[in-house]
Amino acid sequence: MMLRVLRILALAAFLLFALFPLFWLLKVSVTPTDLLYGEGVRLWPSRMTLDHYVSVLRHTQFPLFFRNSLIVSAATAILSTVAASAAGYAFSRFRFRGKAWVAGLLLVSQMFPLVIIVAPIFRLLAPLGLTNSLIGLIVVYTAVNVPFAAFLMQSFFEAIPKDLEEAAMMDGATRFQALRQVILPLTLPGLAATGGFVFSAAWSELLFALMLNSSASVSTFPSGLLGFISKFSVDFGQMMAAAFLALLPVCAFFFLIQRHLVQGLTAGAVKG
Amino acid sequence: MAAISLSGVHKNYGAVPVLKGIDLEIADGEFVVLVGPSGCGKSTLLRLIAGLEEIGGGLIRIDGRLVNDIAPKDRDLAMVFQSYALYPHMTVRANMSFALKQRRLAPGLIDRAVEEAAAKLGLSELLDRKPRALSGGQRQRVAMGRAIVRQPKAFLFDEPLSNLDARLREQMRYEIRKLHGELGATSVYVTHDQIEAMTMADRIVALKDGVIQQIGAPAELYDDPANLFVAGFIGSPAMNFLDAELTADGVMAGGLMLARRPGPLGGKVTVGLRPERMAIVAADSGLPARVDLVEPTGLAQLVHLDLAGQRVKLFTTDRRALTPGDLVGLAIRPDDVLLFDPAGGKRLSGW
Repeated sequence: MMLRVLRILALAAFLLFALFPLFWLLKVSVTPTDLLYGEGVRLWPSRMTLDHYVSVLRHTQFPLFFRNSLIVSAATAILSTVAASAAGYAFSRFRFRGKAWVAGLLLVSQMFPLVIIVAPIFRLLAPLGLTNSLIGLIVVYTAVNVPFAAFLMQSFFEAIPKDLEEAAMMDGATRFQALRQVILPLTLPGLAATGGFVFSAAWSELLFALMLNSSASVSTFPSGLLGFISKFSVDFGQMMAAAFLALLPVCAFFFLIQRHLVQGLTAGAVKG
Repeated sequence: MAAISLSGVHKNYGAVPVLKGIDLEIADGEFVVLVGPSGCGKSTLLRLIAGLEEIGGGLIRIDGRLVNDIAPKDRDLAMVFQSYALYPHMTVRANMSFALKQRRLAPGLIDRAVEEAAAKLGLSELLDRKPRALSGGQRQRVAMGRAIVRQPKAFLFDEPLSNLDARLREQMRYEIRKLHGELGATSVYVTHDQIEAMTMADRIVALKDGVIQQIGAPAELYDDPANLFVAGFIGSPAMNFLDAELTADGVMAGGLMLARRPGPLGGKVTVGLRPERMAIVAADSGLPARVDLVEPTGLAQLVHLDLAGQRVKLFTTDRRALTPGDLVGLAIRPDDVLLFDPAGGKRLSGW
């Protein structure tokens, strides 16, 4: 009983800690600009306004950034998940020459801070016309995310008994048919977890978005948010309103897949 | 239905040989059981026949056709897995029709085949359930149904009963055997359980360390084991082995004459005695032995004896009261004494 209370208290404290910034985001986004500094620190402003939202949607390029982010993140999520599934399946089911080396290299690729490779990547992409381009971002994000996603998918495949696809093959299916008809339906939680993970990583990525794309027409919203910081002032109200809007797709996405996600993460955790 | 023929089959895992030259002819309609301790290569052999493992050397023929390089899906064999390997996201009906759908059979034909097989196995009520809503025995039955619905060239069973409790195992043993009688399908059955092997097989193949030790009808392996391994593996309770010596008069163990039968002088031998082929008699008529422990089984009792310093188990339906420390007589018929070469374990013939 005592332990239960303690546990609930600990969880509540954690939730408060984790969610407070989000609450602050919401609070600032509905605070009229004149009250932002005028009222001191208050938990909720005395007056609320949606002006910031209106002007973000009407007078800034935010809808464009939002669209760009959606394209980049969705494409990255799909491409990464497909590539990671293929790699994860191969790692889990096949023995092939150099397997340990490939896995080792994928692991090593995760060890360097991304800042180190920004310049070389810029040098690579510029001549190909892939800077200032959404496709360039998609390519980079996919490359960065696939290694970890592949390990994640591998653990999901490992959790599915080999017997199942062997049974399907005895039943007259090719390996690919067995994969499509038996293994993939069982990996849906894993696919959802991996897709969600990659989507949110791409959605909030700033470094490459800032370095590779300078033109506003191909900016994603994280770099777009920086536009609210001008030389002399920061438009906190609009910035928070934009940020709050940017949270919505990710929230919606995770709300949709959360059941699979919990299943998938635990299933992967046991084996992985 | 088809015959299966293996000749000189080899398989290595890395540098470790698991099958060392297997020659085996399985006749059309025969029920053959591969039996042996874990790690003996029996499952690997089955998987080679199935095509799930690549063969290292040798030839496998099904119905006269060389299948070394034929994919599992084109060998037309059905397999029942130890884990059942039911597709968890499909209903029983979908599980059973999976193979027929792969062959693009007409839906009407598929339905009829599935329903027939389901009726045969008592699954008709369960066709729309998912595997997770089934008991262990029902799952086992669905795995069987998935195999028989296809009418394959042969059935392969990979320890299909080892996940069931003892009573269910006994029942499924009976049902599989009955089914084999009805369908007459060539079957290869892998198990580590010698009782399953004895009760189900037309012929048993006893394997150890990747080498066939003996092939024969169950009674043949029981009565006439080719070596120490088969003698010790087949039969429960297991055969007694005693160190003994061959003399001009007969077989001597610890100064006692076990069997007065003249034979070639041969020095040290290992004597094999089935626990159920001996009897307890009055202390002054048989070989003197002391009771060490008595384990009653209801039907009979298992008596542990000390015979001139060596331990002997005796299994008898004679339920006379015995207590540890009792001195009794042990009666052995000379015909029941099997002799083995202690080096190498080969049966000594001529005895």
